[in-house]
Amino acid sequence: MAIDQNQNSMHETHSREVVVANEQGLHARPADLVAREAQRWESRIEFVGKAQRVDGKSILDLLTLAAEEGTHLVVEATGPDASEALDAIGSLFEQRFSPNEENTRKHKNKTKQEKKISSDSAGINTAAREGATGRNTNS
Amino acid sequence: MKFSDFVSVEAIRPSVVANSKEGVIREMTQSLVDAEKIAVSEMDSIVKAIMKREDLGSTGIGRGVAVPHTKHPSVSRLVGTVAISEQGVDFESLDGEPVQLFFLLVSPPDRPGDHLRALENISRQLRDDAFCKTLKQAGGPQEVWRLLEDADAQSIAS
Repeated sequence: MAIDQNQNSMHETHSREVVVANEQGLHARPADLVAREAQRWESRIEFVGKAQRVDGKSILDLLTLAAEEGTHLVVEATGPDASEALDAIGSLFEQRFSPNEENTRKHKNKTKQEKKISSDSAGINTAAREGATGRNTNS
Repeated sequence: MKFSDFVSVEAIRPSVVANSKEGVIREMTQSLVDAEKIAVSEMDSIVKAIMKREDLGSTGIGRGVAVPHTKHPSVSRLVGTVAISEQGVDFESLDGEPVQLFFLLVSPPDRPGDHLRALENISRQLRDDAFCKTLKQAGGPQEVWRLLEDADAQSIAS
């Protein structure tokens, strides 16, 4: 631990604020995601909450923050890849820890939009035209 | 949230028989039924929900500990129990180690804060190697309960 700090002390500490934006807060699965992401970087990564500072690479440490929806946390990274590490961790929080859910939501919106288009008159006309073209080709 | 706020002493299982992930989850859920903390009619639905959560990623958080859990509409307050496996169970943990200590939680869907505070307490205590070690060696439910109460008392003091 002491060696780590000495190695990283040549580097400036970068920091940024993140907000826990998902309804369930920083529970086991998000904490796992964040710890795994943090472990990918060489820099020391710490989360600073209201009353404590914890190791961002430890799922147990992250869970002790008990960070509910709306909690602001400061992430500090010290090391050669500090800035990249903060970007990666920051985007996990921005995506509410679930890039997949985000995609699903986008997909749903798209489906909704498609439905809307097909129900307005332009859509119906297009469909009718396409139908007509289809018949023409067949005949 | 202290252990005594959500752990049912009657449901503690200091030596689980099951040697599979689903087996342990089923045995612990059964212990909550036996302790009348959850309805027998809900048992299969709760086991299924916990397994579904495990499919998203193991709750084996390392150091021989797992926290299988789910939200379930049939409970009105957070209920949980503790189980210990002497030989350890493969839980597809993050660090690949077999799991000996299990904390199972079932929480009402509208109380995410309680769930977080229970996880907070569990993880805070489990960072203490001595606590983990003595818990793994506990002989009976009463001894487990006493260790949890001691941990609660210490966390108030600190």
